[in-house]
This record gives sequence, structure tokens and C-alpha cells, in this order.
Amino acid sequence: MKSIDNVAVTLQDVPPKSNVIVNVPNDLSLRITLKEQILFGHKFAVRPIKKGDEILKYGEIIGKATKDIEEGEHVHVHNLEGIRGRGDKVEK
Amino acid sequence: MKNNEGEFLGYRRPDGKVGVRNHVLILPTITCATQTAQRITELVQGTVTFIHQHGCAQVGVDYEQTFRTYVGLGKNPNVYGVIVLGLGCETHQARSVATEIAKCGKPVESISIQDHGGTLSTIAEGAKAAAKLVQEASTQMKEWCNFSELIIGTECGGSDACSGLSANPAVGSVSDMIVELGGTSILAETTELIGAEHLLAKRAANDQVAKRVYEVIHAMENRSIKMGVDIRTGNPSPGNIAGGLSSLEEKSLGAANKSGKSILNELIDYAEEPKVKGLVWMDTPGHDIEQLTGMVAGGAQVVLFTTGRGTPTGSPIAPVIKISTNTSMFEKMGDNMDLNAGTIIEGKETVEEVGKRILHEIGLVSSGKLTKAEILKQHDFGIWRIGPTF
Repeated sequence: MKSIDNVAVTLQDVPPKSNVIVNVPNDLSLRITLKEQILFGHKFAVRPIKKGDEILKYGEIIGKATKDIEEGEHVHVHNLEGIRGRGDKVEK
Repeated sequence: MKNNEGEFLGYRRPDGKVGVRNHVLILPTITCATQTAQRITELVQGTVTFIHQHGCAQVGVDYEQTFRTYVGLGKNPNVYGVIVLGLGCETHQARSVATEIAKCGKPVESISIQDHGGTLSTIAEGAKAAAKLVQEASTQMKEWCNFSELIIGTECGGSDACSGLSANPAVGSVSDMIVELGGTSILAETTELIGAEHLLAKRAANDQVAKRVYEVIHAMENRSIKMGVDIRTGNPSPGNIAGGLSSLEEKSLGAANKSGKSILNELIDYAEEPKVKGLVWMDTPGHDIEQLTGMVAGGAQVVLFTTGRGTPTGSPIAPVIKISTNTSMFEKMGDNMDLNAGTIIEGKETVEEVGKRILHEIGLVSSGKLTKAEILKQHDFGIWRIGPTF
């Protein structure tokens, strides 16, 4: 991950309330308490994210938040939406 | 098997290109001829074919794209010779396809069901012609060839959150090694590069290529916008989402890793042959089988296919090396997986180490080692249609 990322990926199933350490290359590692269970390969917020904010992974935009997201919360299709290829957002 | 680093034992074709297989292809230009083609392959060892639903009532650019795909598959250097099988009355005439393939100098015959008096006579005629070609093919000696003569197709399907962290970066490192050795690597799946195009445009060899990057991306994105739909209803797929991918952009940023760090030399159309060596981008959809068919029609002799959810995908013409992104799927779907890149996630191997392992496997497979998909006769085929059927 990149230091500007606001989400990180778990590499195993992690139960709720776990304290995890997120290693950020070339930066200080982060200590995060997970709010809920995060399954292998899924993402959690490493800092609070406001509704409408861009969500960054690999240092790049992967979408924006559809609601406020707390640190340690699961980030997925329920609170993140893609910005590209959104024909549904075009006024008819 | 002996394996000289950077070399493999291949079949030299009349046009100078090199095949890693020596198939006789029964090529049905029309859906009506696919069953007959299938019967011939059941009778004659060493032949391959594919089932499809194309070849008639197609017009304009859609006609041309299907035509180019048929011709490209026939010309793929993994094919020794071709029997083009038609019905007779279709828009994609067997004779026209055969004439175009024959220009590369390999043996080509064309047979049509209506001219030969029905299914049984055509099977007999086709099988006789195929048997003759197979025997000729079997006398061809292999020779040592260089990796610079390879076109490697790269693909990811059934992606999960590990794809962008393990197998795709490993394939990216192999792609760079192939390019350094003077060979060609194809990046494709335009849909799955939406959101990562700026990174690739920065690596374009010139402004023309950079401009084409944005053109093909916008054309693909506009298809979903014109339909008034969220592209996410089709891509990422339900399996991708279950695996942790939340948006197309996220999937794309992982998929783009397959291209390594090389300069992007060219952007080619679907099923088009690269005109230059090095890294090239073929404009294809994200649909695995349509992409695979396009790259093989473009001349790819070997395909690297990364998968997180697991897939059986294979081609009738090119060996497909299946690379798992995580160890648990590699163990669960051992029938279908050739290599495991999950070791990167576990910290047991680096991206470069897995890349070297994949490069070594390319050498073995190019010299004749069968992939799991070949052993299981996984002969997938699909053409990207870009127009309606009339």
C-alpha cells in the first residue's frame, strides 16, 4: 500500500475488535482496531473517511464513499461506489 | 525435459514464425458447420476445433472483426495446417477465409457442406484431408528457438483482492523479462483498465499510443454510459465482489499490474497481429474467453492466466498457464491450476522469484509440456461481437 491510502487489505480472515498493525512502506506503521469481521482480501478504513471522499488504494482512486466511514470499518460495495462507467448517473 | 534458459523447442513455419504446438485446425466459419467440424476431430487425432455461434448475417466492422479473428486463428503459428469448413450460403465464406490464411504459406483446404452433398460426405472428405495433414505435421522436426520469437498473452479472470498483490505483479515481472529478451507481451481487457489508463498512458512510447489509450478507454466506458447502466452490474462480477473488489477502478488497478513496467509500444485492435515487439495493448473486453480468443488470433503462442476465484479456461490452439493468486484456491482447484503465486501473500517468495518460476514454465510449456487446460481438453472460444446480428 501507499502512505496516502485510506484503506488497507487483510491477508486473512480477521475477527471483530482485533487490533491489527498496518505496515506502510517507507512510513510509520498504523495500529487499527477493527470494528467488525474483515474477511480475507477485503478492505478496512485506516482513518475516518467522509461521505463523498475519494477512497485511495495503491495510491490511486478506486471510488468514493457513499456514507461516513469510521477507522477500522469494513469498506466495500455498501459504502464505496465506483465513479467510472456510471451510465446510471446520466440524466435521461 | 532439457530446458535451455531463454530457449524452447518449437516448430518453424513457412513464414518464419514459430509454433509451440503442431495442431491441425478444423476451422468452421459458420455456426452451422461446427457440429461437422467436431465429428472430424473425434475421428482424427491431432486435430482441434471450436464451437461458436458466428459467421452469418454479420455486417460492417462486426463482419470484419469476426473475419479477422478466423484468419488470425488459422495463421497462429501453433497451427500446422487448416481445414476451413463452411456450410456454403453464409456471409463468412470458407473460401475467402482459406485464401487469406494460405498467404502465410501453410497448407490450407476449404470444404463446404452444401458442395460436398451433406454432413456424412463432408465428414468423410474433411477427415481424409485432416488425416493427411496430421501425418505431414507429425514428420516436422522441432528446433531450438529463442524467446524473442514468442508472443505471450496475459490475462486475469475470476480476480480477487490478491490478484493485484501476487499473481498480477508476478506476471508483470515476467512480461518485463519477455520484453527484455526481445519478445512480445500482450496486455488486454480494456474494460479492466478503466481507472488505470493514466498510468499506462504515461508509459506510452509516443503521443500517438498515449492518445489511443484514452480513445479505447473512453469508447469502452461510453458503451455502458450509452446503455444507461452502472458498469458494476457486469464488472466487477459477483465473484470479484465476494473476493473483496469493490469497484471497477479497484479491479483495473490490480489488472494493470500484469503489464509490468515496460514501455507501451503499440495499441492494436481486437484479433490484430502486433506490428512491433515489446509490450502491446490489445483492445478487448474483460470477458475472459473473448479476450483469450482475440489474443490467440493476434498470434499469441502461450497465454498466462491469473485467477483468484479459480477457472478452467483454455484454448484449442494455445497452451494457457493458469496461475493462482492464493494458496487455498491452488489447493482446492488443483485440477485446473498450473502454478501458485499465493506464496507472495504468505511472504515465502518475492514477486521476482515467482516471475522467474513462471518464465521457466513458459520454456517448458513452449517445448511441449502440457498445461492442465490442455490435458482437460478445455477448448474455450468466443468472439467479441461489436454489432447486431441481422
